[in-house]
Amino acid sequence: MRRNVLPGLPLSLGVTLTYVGLIVVLPLAALAFKAASLGPEDYWRIVSSSRALASYRVTVLSALAATAFNLVFGLALAWVLTRYRFAGWRIVDAMVDLPFALPTAVAGIALTALFSTNGWFGSVLAEFGIKVAYTPLGIMIAMCFTSLPFIVRTVQPVLEDLDPALEEAAQSLGGSDWEIFRKVILPLLTPALLAGVSLSFARSLGEFGAIIFIAGNQPMSTEITALLIFIRLEEYDYQAAAAIASVLLLTAFFMLAVTNWMQARALRYTVRN
Amino acid sequence: MSAIATRRKPPRIGDGPVFRRSLIGVVLVLVAILILAPLIIIGVEAFSKGWQVYRDTIAHPDTRHAIMLTVLTALVAVPVNTAFGIAAAWAITKFDFWGRRFLLVVIEIPFSISPIVAGVAYLFVYGLQGIFGPVLDAYGIKILFAIPGIILASMFVTAPFVARELIPLMQAQGRDLEEAATSLGASGWRTFFAVTLPNVKWALLYGVVLCNARVMGEFGAVSVVSGNIRGQTNTLPLHIELLYHDYQAAGAFASASILALIAVFTIIAKVALERQGAGRVRPRAPEAANLAEKAS
Repeated sequence: MRRNVLPGLPLSLGVTLTYVGLIVVLPLAALAFKAASLGPEDYWRIVSSSRALASYRVTVLSALAATAFNLVFGLALAWVLTRYRFAGWRIVDAMVDLPFALPTAVAGIALTALFSTNGWFGSVLAEFGIKVAYTPLGIMIAMCFTSLPFIVRTVQPVLEDLDPALEEAAQSLGGSDWEIFRKVILPLLTPALLAGVSLSFARSLGEFGAIIFIAGNQPMSTEITALLIFIRLEEYDYQAAAAIASVLLLTAFFMLAVTNWMQARALRYTVRN
Repeated sequence: MSAIATRRKPPRIGDGPVFRRSLIGVVLVLVAILILAPLIIIGVEAFSKGWQVYRDTIAHPDTRHAIMLTVLTALVAVPVNTAFGIAAAWAITKFDFWGRRFLLVVIEIPFSISPIVAGVAYLFVYGLQGIFGPVLDAYGIKILFAIPGIILASMFVTAPFVARELIPLMQAQGRDLEEAATSLGASGWRTFFAVTLPNVKWALLYGVVLCNARVMGEFGAVSVVSGNIRGQTNTLPLHIELLYHDYQAAGAFASASILALIAVFTIIAKVALERQGAGRVRPRAPEAANLAEKAS
């Protein structure tokens, strides 16, 4: 290691560690401590209660469905934005970030207004017998909205950097467009897609604001885990809130590990290509 | 980007006119449904009861107070997080120390945590059931269900915003310029303000803009710690929920239109800053991996 002549390490590192310690680590440690103080039996009873299990189920299934939709739609959107030029593509490109910039509560009431049975889209869908608002489908749509940018923004730079020579080579070998996409381009995009998918899925699992307005929030059917925690708090059942929150926290750490691993992989591929 | 589009001679795959047009069509329709329509409906619903109701909602003392509280929260949380982001970026990119990679991961944690979990976590620090709650209560200090709690929860959810913009950029720029400046006798602060800051100003502003948008719009974490006291601890997003559940949909959308407007301005600022080169250094998000590779 080379000798460092720059000043400011004690101050900057001191500020950083103090802030991270007080703002990030301390609260999470307090939550973990509270959940751990429950004892294994009580803890297990709370986190495996039928209402909690139903909430995990609807949260995970909706997140999976939303992520699957975003995988296809996000890839198509990134493809259109990098490969094609059409009037207003810059505006569309900028709009992709709207779900990040728009507060979740605002998104929640807007989506509810659109998809309730008398809304613009809800009324059309109702004629086909499809009910979106206050059903798991509504949860899925809210998750799609909030997590869409993750996939677009992780795939876009990889698509931009794709070497046209690869396609030309494949074309000169007589591959059809679909074959080239599937056998040449898709494998190159896969690491970035997986990184985007894990980010999108993780975000969907923890989403709250956008969902609670459109979900209907019926226990056992349309009640997401984050809402169940909130309800336990309102009932002053702090132990149950701590226990269920710790489940979401552990899931978040697991997803963080997966995401970091996926991103490291995605980056290795980007650098190599 | 556009250079790539115009340069190529043989058509690339998926460039057939039929496929191209239909894919653009499908994608644009979905963008219109999923992203554009929510933005439009906010405006439509906000004015559905007429200009008068809109103005009355915005002028109502509770709305005014919610706006003030949201602005106050941003005025505290954003500068504090900016200072933290600069300190973290300086420490992490200008020095080698044990645990640097781990620190990077810890800084990014708030991005992965559900806002509700963040709120609950703060409850167990400052609430009556928490570590410091009883002591604070004995001295009559109120943090939860009061403004400090709202600010703290907002600081948690946005802690990484500035740091994550600065770190990859300052990492890429290296330490040579700063080392030259200090070897010529400049103090640490002078080096930072005269050498480092001009090189990272756009990225810094980019982080600040995104951080501000998130602070002003934070809902989940704040709703746990605020106690939702109307006219006292209601931020603008909480005020929207309150009006909405109060069957004052037009009022809720009127309040939402303010936040939607902030979101639109945020995006315009973001695009403008990206033209200055901000937000471009990373291949999006994998800065942790980036550093890991460089460190090894």
